[in-house]
Amino acid sequence: MPKILIPTPLRQFAEKKDSVEVDGSTVGEVLAALTAAYPDMKKNLFNDEGKLRSFVNVYVNDEDIRFLEKDKTAVAAADTISIVPSIAGGK
Amino acid sequence: MAATSLTNEEIGRYSRHLIMPEVGVEGQLKLKNAKVLLIGTGGLGAPVAMYLAAAGVGKLGLVDFDTVDVSNLQRQVIHGTKDVGKKKVDSAEESMKDINPLIEIVKYEVPLTSANALEILKEYDIVADGTDNFPTRFLVNDACVLLGIPNVYASIFRFEGQATVFCKDDGPCYRCLYPEPPPPGLVPSCAEGGVLGILPGVVGLIQATEVIKLILGAGQPLQGRLMLYDALSMKFRELKIRRNPECQGKCTVIKELIDYQQFCGVPHEEAPLPAPVSSTDITPKEVKQLIDANADFTLIDVREVHEYQICKIDKAQLIPLGELPRRLAELDKEADIVIHCKMGGRSAKACDLLRASGFSKVRNMTGGILAWSDTVDPSVPKY
Repeated sequence: MPKILIPTPLRQFAEKKDSVEVDGSTVGEVLAALTAAYPDMKKNLFNDEGKLRSFVNVYVNDEDIRFLEKDKTAVAAADTISIVPSIAGGK
Repeated sequence: MAATSLTNEEIGRYSRHLIMPEVGVEGQLKLKNAKVLLIGTGGLGAPVAMYLAAAGVGKLGLVDFDTVDVSNLQRQVIHGTKDVGKKKVDSAEESMKDINPLIEIVKYEVPLTSANALEILKEYDIVADGTDNFPTRFLVNDACVLLGIPNVYASIFRFEGQATVFCKDDGPCYRCLYPEPPPPGLVPSCAEGGVLGILPGVVGLIQATEVIKLILGAGQPLQGRLMLYDALSMKFRELKIRRNPECQGKCTVIKELIDYQQFCGVPHEEAPLPAPVSSTDITPKEVKQLIDANADFTLIDVREVHEYQICKIDKAQLIPLGELPRRLAELDKEADIVIHCKMGGRSAKACDLLRASGFSKVRNMTGGILAWSDTVDPSVPKY
């Protein structure tokens, strides 16, 4: 099953796990499975229209899905999906 | 104006650089003639400023209007206990001058704004962004794009860091990576979420390394690549950052500096605070009066367990914000409920959640337990 890496700020919504394996053959399916398992994650990933929030990037391996086929990007069992929200801390 | 030789004093000081062919006299002269602006002299800015000063970067600008607080010292190693209360730029300058008196330090003790950013940044070859908020991140990025100055970027949160080089040649910028900021409150800051003290050391030195490489023109810059560092797993990962396809050749997004507070949905700091306190707010003093009068109300603390262990208000029942949606059944919808957290942000969210779930008498204790410590019980430690 593809592995999703959960970033630090979102781990609180996923029982503090840093990675989760879920079923799915596209990015959209995998993220839907993730938010089905952890409903609190949903509002942090998607806006009210159900679109991925613009300060959250999703990568399949090292490539940004915006430059692949977005939520229709195919994922294989060996792929790693990274969720990378913007963080601003510096102090 | 550019220096064409090193003094004997400089040759002695920089000898470990000079004997490396990748730097040599030529590279050291590049460092001596370089002008680098550091935005922020906090967690990230501290190691960057100290190492760039030590390396002999000829002119270092420091932008910071903050003063040194004792809670900074766990990570901001450029400042010491004796500096608490001093302006950060003064304290930083003192440390840097001690490390290397041969460099020039320029202090800007102002908040960076759309009105002054271009004027300040245009004096420099490279910017290192180590600020702590989204409006300034976007401001620094946009100013760098408009001026064509590389922006060596890093940010940190708890155990995690991100670093990259933006705006170098035709490479991507911050807005190519993240077109928009998160709405306020959705992404916690270090002040709210905490940061491992050594994290900015590691991540700041990645930033400093990239600055030095850009000056020397050596190696492969961290451009078009987002470096992710996780201290807990001790893993570095790298993701691709591509330039916005609509911006090939020239940026089509950034035309001028804008109102970044508004862009990021942050209320203007200079705007007067709304004087009439909302009827759904309650001050710590009023909460104390309710407790003293044995009033029938429920006080809920929505901080995390580890914060509760630092300090607490005796009457309060702990339900961390993340658990609240699942634990609503523990609460009486008709009860008089007061919610508090550390500073008032999370408790405001908890109030919204309860009201949306049909609770009618919910109030937010303004200023959280920090305000409780300030105005009711100074024996409660502040963190």
